[in-house]
Amino acid sequence: MNDMNRAAVVNPALKQDLLTGFAVIGALFAALATAQIAGAPYLTSLIGRIAITSIAALSLSFLIGQAGLVSFGHAAPIGIGAYVALMLAAGGTTDLSIQLSAAFILAALIALITGPIALKTRGVTFIMLTLAFAQMFFYVASSLVSWGGDDGMALAQRSTLFGYQILRTDAMLAAFSIALLAVILLANTWMAHTRFGLVLKAMTENERRVAANGFEVNHFLLYAFVIAAGVAAVSGVLLANQANYVSPAYLNWHRSGELIVIVVLGGVGRLPGAVLASALVILFEEFLGHYTEYWKLGLGLTIVAIVLLRGRDLGAFFGVRNQGARP
Amino acid sequence: MRKTQISALMASTLLVSAFAASATVSAEPVKIGFVATLSGPSAPLGVHMRNGFQLALKELGGKLGGQPTEVVIVDDELKPDVAVTKVKGLLERDKVNVVAGVVFSNVMMAIAKPVFESETLLVSGNAGPSPLAGAGCSPFFFSASYQNDQNHEAMGAYAQAKGFKRVVLMTPNYQAGRDSLAGFKRYYKGEVVEEMLTPLGQLDFSAELAKLAASGADAVFTFMPGGMGVALVKQFSQSGLNKKMQFLSAFTVDETTLPATKDAAEGMISGAQWAPNLENAENKAFVAAYEKEFGAPPSLYASQGYDLAKLLDGAIKTTGGNVSDKAALRKAIAAAPFKSVRGAFKFNANGFPIQDFFVVKAVKRADGAFVTQMQEKIFSAQSDAYVAQCALK
Amino acid sequence: MNSSLVLLQLLNGLQLGMVLFLVAAGLTLVFGVMDFINLAHGVQYTLGAYLTAASTAYFANFGIGLIVGLASAAVLGYLLELLVFRVLTSRSHLEQVLGTFGVILIVTDAMKLIFGPAPISFSAPEALSGMVMLTPTLAYPLWRMLIILAGVGVALLLWLLVARTRIGMLVRAGSTDREIVDLMGVNIDRLFVLVFVFGALLAAFAGAMAGPLISVEPTMGDNIVILAFVVIVVGGIGSVRGAFFAAILIGVVDVLGRAFATTLLKSVIGASAATAAGPALASMLIYILMVLILMARPAGLFSASGAT
Repeated sequence: MNDMNRAAVVNPALKQDLLTGFAVIGALFAALATAQIAGAPYLTSLIGRIAITSIAALSLSFLIGQAGLVSFGHAAPIGIGAYVALMLAAGGTTDLSIQLSAAFILAALIALITGPIALKTRGVTFIMLTLAFAQMFFYVASSLVSWGGDDGMALAQRSTLFGYQILRTDAMLAAFSIALLAVILLANTWMAHTRFGLVLKAMTENERRVAANGFEVNHFLLYAFVIAAGVAAVSGVLLANQANYVSPAYLNWHRSGELIVIVVLGGVGRLPGAVLASALVILFEEFLGHYTEYWKLGLGLTIVAIVLLRGRDLGAFFGVRNQGARP
Repeated sequence: MRKTQISALMASTLLVSAFAASATVSAEPVKIGFVATLSGPSAPLGVHMRNGFQLALKELGGKLGGQPTEVVIVDDELKPDVAVTKVKGLLERDKVNVVAGVVFSNVMMAIAKPVFESETLLVSGNAGPSPLAGAGCSPFFFSASYQNDQNHEAMGAYAQAKGFKRVVLMTPNYQAGRDSLAGFKRYYKGEVVEEMLTPLGQLDFSAELAKLAASGADAVFTFMPGGMGVALVKQFSQSGLNKKMQFLSAFTVDETTLPATKDAAEGMISGAQWAPNLENAENKAFVAAYEKEFGAPPSLYASQGYDLAKLLDGAIKTTGGNVSDKAALRKAIAAAPFKSVRGAFKFNANGFPIQDFFVVKAVKRADGAFVTQMQEKIFSAQSDAYVAQCALK
Repeated sequence: MNSSLVLLQLLNGLQLGMVLFLVAAGLTLVFGVMDFINLAHGVQYTLGAYLTAASTAYFANFGIGLIVGLASAAVLGYLLELLVFRVLTSRSHLEQVLGTFGVILIVTDAMKLIFGPAPISFSAPEALSGMVMLTPTLAYPLWRMLIILAGVGVALLLWLLVARTRIGMLVRAGSTDREIVDLMGVNIDRLFVLVFVFGALLAAFAGAMAGPLISVEPTMGDNIVILAFVVIVVGGIGSVRGAFFAAILIGVVDVLGRAFATTLLKSVIGASAATAAGPALASMLIYILMVLILMARPAGLFSASGAT
């Protein structure tokens, strides 16, 4: 259990964490503005994708870094969010306030059912149980013939907010996603410094000691699991809008694996690192993939080199501090 | 609703083209965005289609319609959302004149909307989903391949004509699979003993083959593209079923899978709109050039990629090298100004081909290579089943 | 649904189980002894199939091809251990996941570069590709039968090695308490190399045996490694015996589900609903089974270290 999170824990200060977070968000907004001014709508949609992936990665990073829970099924809540958006939009309910809360609540409720079962275990068994549940949802989504089955289906229309078409263009979608990412990043950072976050963090260090202090360990872990699922579902709603398409591929275990890779690449527990790693992986695919179909070879070599040579991670490389709050 | 959308699209096309026509023809190269699945288990199909396209382009001296041409190739990874982002890149960053290619229907359905919205022509090198042929047809869409159901229909008609009494149907459990069953049953009227739907990507068919052996059917019809087909064909032969019943398929036994299955597939029957031994000068030249360039026989995907390039070449020639006048380019493509390696080829109102369909058989050629060979013609100048639902005239 | 069909399906399940066991055995040993999560274990399966196929084609003889193919797969496994995995064993589980994921990407694309993206030709030797008569009326493919026998043979061999030899004793001790074995002066790194290469060899053997049945392509190891993880978690991490029985259980349940789920559902919920739900349920079955087993026994059926 402990070795799941061996990343160095530096004594943090909430203020500095917030500053780093603001810097990353500011950089994304600046990139978006530059892309707009330079008239590169293509980059705009790329930035939107980075922001959306970051939200998903952030929720998983919180789960892994703060609670020490490695979910190999994080694609499931993302997919659930996407399908909520698809189904609501088909029924004419496009308002984001409804879509986002419905996605958050549904994914959270499902996590509330699967969580206690998975949380009876730790380590690899927990990883495999989360995978098992995600696989079940993958097959359920594939069998929804009236929603496109395995092929998926185009979104009827993009979401709105209080009657305004605030996701009409890719730039608007990207701006909204970054704004939402900012809110979630700040909320997560704040949560890491609350009593809830501190107890979670303490549990990754020594679960027994925390339990001996009278804390219901599994309750805390379950809350973290449920919140992370809800946030992931939020990114699913945005993902559906970004691609204008929803398919079971969103729930594939490859996606869960990619998210873990992004989180670890960014540095476990380094929330802004998750954003940097999302950007790295997406840009890698985008630009190397433009030149060769063997871009995964390059990504693989980069990943192995990062792991072997430095034994550190991207977050550390860019000077992002670990947010694990331990006095 | 659909009609107004389409007429709105047409109107805006005309408007755009009026402006474009008034401008002088620019010296900018023709830009083609080529979308293909180039990674993952289904990559061979995309590679063949791309090879065919590039071969034709090479023969044309790197020019389409005499214009210098730039082709931007993207790998859709068989993920609809990845495909959408990359196609947006083609439209907005690379500002391509035509989006071409696309192997899989789910990718096609995902990218169709953004491509049509940007009023760019989309010419399929393989995928031919039924919505784009019927009610959801678009003036911006053309297919240089076929409508998805048709090769299955050819097999259904063949099974009917040959008098197979009891047939088991087997496909992966996804839309194209279920469509293939519908296509087969449109022409086959005998008894369907059982329909077996397997998970997409399944490679072990032991359970299904045991049931098949116990079914007492005289033929099995299947649609298992890529690696699934390789696995099924090998296991089918190994279990001795090839001596008991006829194996009928489409997109399963072709030149992308035959190098892996070899003799296991010998004698298996497929429905196709093309085969390497079709008797026409274009085809002979194509097959010889392809084998010389890539060291292996081409598949129908390669032939479609090749035809696609020749089609664009002919159309751009017709417009005198002008690709910014979309209405004119559309009109030029619709006339199908090229000689297809399939022989007779013209476009229907919905942008899908009217063409012949054949029964082909997997054989070992004298030089040891395994290829499909045309046996008989099943349909002549066949239209697809959905064109009546298309509002385009 | 007659009894001989059920028997055939049970054999099919057993055969799938044996392939899973061959892959899972190495995985569970490496995990048990070195606490090393190797996502890239499936790569050995892919390498085994490719290298055996290539050398069988080169020597025009399956026997020689198998030996050369497995030997070269083992050498490559050793190289991977030397270059990458050795460093990773001292890292956290998450870094192991990251590093071995990178290895999967590299090897998959390398296979694609060398052999092309299309499946390559690989068939069983002519003499072994017929049918074997189990009873005068019941035939079963000989090659599948050979896989079952090979799996059982390897299981016996492993049992002998683990239960009867000094190395086996160290492996058992290592999976219970690595520090103590280390303190006792055993060169745990050398033990790990040995266990790792042996595990890689078994996975390569699984690929070589399954290759003539399935399609040999760059991504063939992806799904098998997930199933192998299911097997070792259900069987109990570090337990070879657990992996053996769990593999059979998973194999049989998967095949029976695919064979009979839709038919059985038809009598319960009607034909059209069953056609839609049956295949999905069949695919889900092993995951449902896994959840149920782990709910009852969180450490798996045969926990190697007792309490975890």
